[in-house]
Amino acid sequence: MTSQVSSEAGEALLGEQRSAPAKPHHGTEKEVRRLDRVIIRFAGDSGDGMQLTGDRFTSETASFGNDLSTLPNFPAEIRAPAGTLPGVSSFQLHFADHDILTPGDAPNVLVAMNPAALKANIGDVPRGGEIIVNTDEFAKRAMAKVGYATSPLEDGSLDGYRVHPVPLTTLTVEALKEFGLSRKEAERSKNMFALGLLSWMYHRPTEGTETFLRQKFAKKPQIAEANVAAFRAGWNFGETTEDFAVSYEVAPATRAFPTGTYRNISGNLALSYGLVAASRQADLPLYLGSYPITPASDILHELSKHKNFGVRTFQAEDEIAGIGAALGAAFGGALGVTTTSGPGVALKSETIGLAVSLELPLLIVDIQRGGPSTGLPTKTEQADLLQAMYGRNGEAPVPIVAPKTPADCFDAAIEAARIALTYRTPVFLLSDGYLANGSEPWRIPDVDELPDLRTRFATGPNHELADGTEVFWPYKRDPETLARPWAVPGTPGLEHRIGGIEKQDGTGNISYDPANHEFMVRTRQAKVDGIDVPDIEVDDPDGARTLVLGWGSTYGPITAAVRRIRRENGHIAQAHLRHLNPFPGNLGEVLKRYEKVVVPEMNLGQLATLVRAKYLVDARSHTQVNGMPFKAEQLAAALKEAIDE
Amino acid sequence: MSEPLLHLVPRAEAQQSMKDFKSDQEVRWCPGCGDYAVLAAVQGFMPELGLAKENIVFVSGIGCSSRFPYYMNTYGMHSIHGRAPAIATGLATSRRDLSVWVVTGDGDALSIGGNHLIHALRRNVNLKILLFNNRIYGLTKGQYSPTSEVGKITKSTPMGSLDSPFNPVSLALGAEASFVARTVDSDRKHLTEVLRQAADHNGTALVEIYQNCNIFNDGAFEVLKDKDQAKEAVIRLEHGQPIRFGAENEKGVVRDPATGDLQVVTVTPENESRILIHDAHATTPTTAFALSRLADPDTLHQTPIGVFRSVERPVYDTLMADQLETALEQHGKGDLSQLLTGNDTWTVVG
Repeated sequence: MTSQVSSEAGEALLGEQRSAPAKPHHGTEKEVRRLDRVIIRFAGDSGDGMQLTGDRFTSETASFGNDLSTLPNFPAEIRAPAGTLPGVSSFQLHFADHDILTPGDAPNVLVAMNPAALKANIGDVPRGGEIIVNTDEFAKRAMAKVGYATSPLEDGSLDGYRVHPVPLTTLTVEALKEFGLSRKEAERSKNMFALGLLSWMYHRPTEGTETFLRQKFAKKPQIAEANVAAFRAGWNFGETTEDFAVSYEVAPATRAFPTGTYRNISGNLALSYGLVAASRQADLPLYLGSYPITPASDILHELSKHKNFGVRTFQAEDEIAGIGAALGAAFGGALGVTTTSGPGVALKSETIGLAVSLELPLLIVDIQRGGPSTGLPTKTEQADLLQAMYGRNGEAPVPIVAPKTPADCFDAAIEAARIALTYRTPVFLLSDGYLANGSEPWRIPDVDELPDLRTRFATGPNHELADGTEVFWPYKRDPETLARPWAVPGTPGLEHRIGGIEKQDGTGNISYDPANHEFMVRTRQAKVDGIDVPDIEVDDPDGARTLVLGWGSTYGPITAAVRRIRRENGHIAQAHLRHLNPFPGNLGEVLKRYEKVVVPEMNLGQLATLVRAKYLVDARSHTQVNGMPFKAEQLAAALKEAIDE
Repeated sequence: MSEPLLHLVPRAEAQQSMKDFKSDQEVRWCPGCGDYAVLAAVQGFMPELGLAKENIVFVSGIGCSSRFPYYMNTYGMHSIHGRAPAIATGLATSRRDLSVWVVTGDGDALSIGGNHLIHALRRNVNLKILLFNNRIYGLTKGQYSPTSEVGKITKSTPMGSLDSPFNPVSLALGAEASFVARTVDSDRKHLTEVLRQAADHNGTALVEIYQNCNIFNDGAFEVLKDKDQAKEAVIRLEHGQPIRFGAENEKGVVRDPATGDLQVVTVTPENESRILIHDAHATTPTTAFALSRLADPDTLHQTPIGVFRSVERPVYDTLMADQLETALEQHGKGDLSQLLTGNDTWTVVG
């Protein structure tokens, strides 16, 4: 290991990788430099295959053993007009030889497949960064389309960068001339040429990509081989051309990870697996009722592949039917789940209220996106917290669980299921677009160590009337959890009726009695308030006076910012909430320990509002609603300002 | 005929009586409401069905009729407005050992819940939907409904309602329903016979029940109930029988060869052979639809009752279960450990 950068220091310096001296590399006389971390951004037209290119580079990087974090960023339109700024799709990948937390603030390397991609992304690349441009696309008309009066490749505007002009399209077409493809078909492989070039630059393993291409185009072997050829041509281009004088090594992040077997995983995939695992651990069939919506649809796609796990997926006619079917299945004894995003939650609200009243287990998975209304379907936001918390008629408390990283979506799904099944309640699982599409290495858990979620259905009478008759009361509660019995149809003698009208305590019969309603409202609240959630842990090595409190997907950027501050000898404590309803029992005490509490959120201060109201602390908000995750550097600056104030 | 899906539902061990299906809850509909008659007919029919009552579930939405589940001593859910078909779909598709019934009204099923109704019908989920149509909003005290006649004077339409009504049978047929019937609350025998056929049907059965709201729309179906008027107004559909009605059975339904449409004629020896024989099992819904259009939406004259359509069509629940079985056959029982591991891993050793 020549690179001995500690993980604390790793994210401290934006865009300044640490490199080791040159050393010769086998088989080539080119210089090889070692870096501790790299941030690459692939950018092109929506149709250029940038997400696929990013995914492949990520897989290569994961199998190489680097720590990594990704940020796909694409327009809501499937194919926006070609060559325009709104049509630019990008994929950013941060990989390192140590533990990292975010996809990185600014790319060290930008791959720009056309003028629009360059224009849309150049502002994020620090001076001195490397830019690989596809010169073939820099025709006058294409440049004029995005407002370049003169060519940025020639007018000196890129002088501060290390620019590699590469005729990617021409080279790809040339490399594929023996395949008998039309020019248009051959051009499509230019993303693989770029991938090959970058794979050479960063010494990525290539077998995985070649296998992938042959599988993906199994039915079109000619296309498969053309893509493999383009990929190899890109690699060879890097190795032979003089323009690329240096390649880079980023060693595996062996020290960053505990021992175990790892894979790369996105938030939505981890969440899907968490649901399958919860179903197995509860020994209940999983039933997903869902309606397609960005960025949640991938969970529907994924779960629909696992019917051999007894998973039923129902693509409903609308959001309401999605949750309705899930609730109906829950009444029948299934682990009912509905997946959606913010607009879908709005439509499901009445049914969530019914589930609160019926006191049946149900998971509502909200992959938050920019709002209000349709908002920014493909961008991230955390602005559904108050909707999840309060967005129903009447007093309708619903527990809320939020994952903090893509891989953590697995555990968060299991935790949400635990609460739903133990307390017989709907539970919100609040993920977001950043977690959903982002990915990171995941230590694959031993399935024998997953929590036991088995629950008991009611099997017989639970109450004795004054005359000694044994009866079943559907709303007679467990004194400890306040959960009501789950008596599923098919159980003889327990026939009962439940509904959304207020029920009499115990019997569950319709009751309009004022005192009973008051009791039931307070009992439902007490049940949720009494949910057993672990205390919040505080990371405070220096006895800081300022605490940063976060929830959900801001964990990565907040932790990276905290590391930066501490590296510069600043003192700051950090705590992160997984449970937002109920809050951990020690949260009030923790907050009162600190002079200042800062709450960074991708909304206008929703958690801050909750903690201010509940704990009377002067929590200050630091907010951002631009559809993107916080950048660690900016967040660190904001936190530092709070500390120094 | 494919295997009757009712065979998947456990049978009652002992002989049942109507009393077994009465819950301990006091029935709270207005005195004289048509709902009482339907409740009695359903409770009376259930013992004949002979299913274990713990395997029967009634799911309803919101409205007067939707209180129905509380009065049935089975499992039941009184849900929210319009959503009963969606909730019942989740239950029926996940529990094929249950007999799932939906109780709904004209407002619940055709207004706020219209979307769920049509999609349940096109999917052919194994549900029995009892649509109580009283052509008025009762629980909210008397506004016009999506089945009210044009010009209906109600609290919300003092100058008369403006919108054309739905014909629930036409709507259901258009939504690809495999079983569609119409009956009347006060005709216990006819109602029971329709329930019998609906219960036996594989897939969604939609039963429109004309039901009198004696408070807000009293007598809405009087023309179909009054003995003398009914002879002229009601067309009784019976599979395999000529479609004839009238005091002297003198009227019949024939197809107009020019337009293909149906029309009512006075039967003569010359045209008798042209009188349509009712075929509820016809592959296409065309004639059933034409029959549904015979009724005058204002006067209800020439209203067909009985089973319009009853055909075999793949049932959603069955198809869903089949896919699960196929997946099991193809891939074996899911192995969680294998799933989590996937194909692309690396190992970190200490």
